[in-house]
Amino acid sequence: MKADPKRVLTGAHYLDGDHAAAEGALAAGCTFVAGYPITPSTEVVERMAERFPRVGGVFIQMEDELGSMAAVVGAAWGGSKAMTVTSGPGFSLMMENIGLACMMEAPCVVVNVQRGGPSTGLPTLPGQADMMQAKWGSHGDYELIALSPNSPQECFWATIKAFNLSERFRVPVLVMMDECVGHMTEKVVIPEADQIELYPRRYTKLSPEEYLPFKTGKDLVPEMIKAGDGYKIHVTGLTHDERGYPVMTWEAQEKLVRRLIEKIRLFKDELVDVEEEQTDNADVVVVSYGISSRVSIPAIQKARKEGIKVGYLRLIIAWPFPEKKIYELAQKIKGFVVVEMNYGQMVLEVERATKGKTKTILVPHGGGWVHEPEDIYKAIKEAAK
Amino acid sequence: MAKNEVTIEKKEKEEIVESLLTPGHKACTGCGLALAARTVMNTAGKDIIVTAATGCLEVFSTSYPHSAWKMPWIHSLFENSAAVAAGIEVALKALGREKEAKIIAQGGDGATADIGIGCLSGMFERGHNILYVCYDNEAYMNTGVQRSGLTPFEAWTSTSPSGKVSWGNPTEKKNMPAIAAAHGIPYVATASVAYLKDLEKKVKKALEIVGPKYLQIHAPCPLGWAHEPYDTIKVAKLAVQTGLIPIYEMENGVITSVRKITKKAPVEEYLKLQGRFKHLFKKPGFEKELERIQAMADATIKKFNLM
Repeated sequence: MKADPKRVLTGAHYLDGDHAAAEGALAAGCTFVAGYPITPSTEVVERMAERFPRVGGVFIQMEDELGSMAAVVGAAWGGSKAMTVTSGPGFSLMMENIGLACMMEAPCVVVNVQRGGPSTGLPTLPGQADMMQAKWGSHGDYELIALSPNSPQECFWATIKAFNLSERFRVPVLVMMDECVGHMTEKVVIPEADQIELYPRRYTKLSPEEYLPFKTGKDLVPEMIKAGDGYKIHVTGLTHDERGYPVMTWEAQEKLVRRLIEKIRLFKDELVDVEEEQTDNADVVVVSYGISSRVSIPAIQKARKEGIKVGYLRLIIAWPFPEKKIYELAQKIKGFVVVEMNYGQMVLEVERATKGKTKTILVPHGGGWVHEPEDIYKAIKEAAK
Repeated sequence: MAKNEVTIEKKEKEEIVESLLTPGHKACTGCGLALAARTVMNTAGKDIIVTAATGCLEVFSTSYPHSAWKMPWIHSLFENSAAVAAGIEVALKALGREKEAKIIAQGGDGATADIGIGCLSGMFERGHNILYVCYDNEAYMNTGVQRSGLTPFEAWTSTSPSGKVSWGNPTEKKNMPAIAAAHGIPYVATASVAYLKDLEKKVKKALEIVGPKYLQIHAPCPLGWAHEPYDTIKVAKLAVQTGLIPIYEMENGVITSVRKITKKAPVEEYLKLQGRFKHLFKKPGFEKELERIQAMADATIKKFNLM
């Protein structure tokens, strides 16, 4: 399925990451956004408030982030491609409803333009410290998908990809931007609509009599119904069976939770999305994402000039984590350098995935500013020893 | 001349020492909010503990590495000013020190009427001895003018833009004083920065009453409302004189005083001073919209017997 030309702002633009994400959402067919003002993400909803009346769609400003995420769950079940946008404190408030979206298998997109935390932290300055919260923030066991773009251009594509993955897997998909990427302005090229491939909602072909809302085939993802088409439907955050009815037994829990996990884990290899450069014969591989990946480049270039073989690996999809990829590299290299704007989050995944085959050095940063390339360079030298 | 200058400087210094919200903060020229907060604090006096929700007031008064607040002061979160204040009040009681300080919880219109309404309702319901002050500048100004539950009908904001298919904010101002009063609390009042003596009187009165109190202060924002900074008081006065913002007190659920309109002004006079309403004077069909807003003002005048 191709994008609707009416919703695609084809052409070359000068946009920041927030505005580019908004255009990505429109191109992806998003027709509903619920949001609440929070720096540094507000520009996304402001653009939606302005653009929706022109191309079709509804933006509502909610009373808080609990309401925003809940409205998105409702809208997804009501038949919309739905999105909300926030930053740190709002992301924390959304957690319960993100869990609800996982449990109800509501396809939706959550954009988090990360700022410095904890708490109110640094509203106008960058952070990358919500990466573990993205994966583990809501209670209980579940799997979801998180992307991390590193430029306004990629914010456009990542948001489209987020919608496509959310439809395919019926999970909330998180777009983990950071304030730098959200507020930096660069050239963004939006192609013709026929160049944008969309994954349509998985509507059932079964009749109301045959249909069971949570019965699945091989890929473990159930089919949805169109609201108002005469299907009797019961959706709940309680543990439920294929009919959607609550079942309070360990067997039902095992069957449901296992499926919610496996529907992502089965396709983990397919979900690997990394940017790789010169990792083939590398001695050191720098792993990073978002703005930190761009700050790493001068450090990598400096080390290469000195003859150190440095590879570059950037996580575009951070969750599920590309553990196989990391393990393959771990067997061949002297060490990983992980650059992230926190005191050690995705580095724990890198360490886990290496299974002790090589060393891992973290270049941490508390947020509020980007890394000094010099610090990254020093870590590369250390790892090359 | 030189001697005179010295005297002025000395006088200013004394005022700086006296004010509990000190000058030198980063509010914009003509900020109604700063005037309101300073008046509340100075009227309450120094024996107070203050909580503040996230918002413009918090941001401009505490820019790194300064604080304009001369009392124990907590910036909580966006939604929880009333709940943090409740904790403080209970702690003082537990220590037997509740007579030593009055507690003031503050929030902007978004923090009060939207995200913080749950915590505020709990504070009212449990009967904490706290004065809650809502500084109402009618939008989320700190994040760049997004609509709130207290944004007036058909005002432009960045999330309720006016345009071909929109007249701006589609909803009417949420009646927060009525919601507060519905909790059965002993004192609810509205005030305006246009009438500072009235505001002082209400703060004093509220702090003498035991139990939860709610005070909502109408405070123009030159940046968000797009009016001239020197027009802040003029705009605030016209809001009252048109009947759009009624000024009154409610004690135990009953209206006990209203500020009468001395010289009724048509709503256009108020709206035309503000860029956020400029579409109401341009877009085809605007006369009908102005009539609707005038009808709202007239209904409020009738309801509160303002004339």
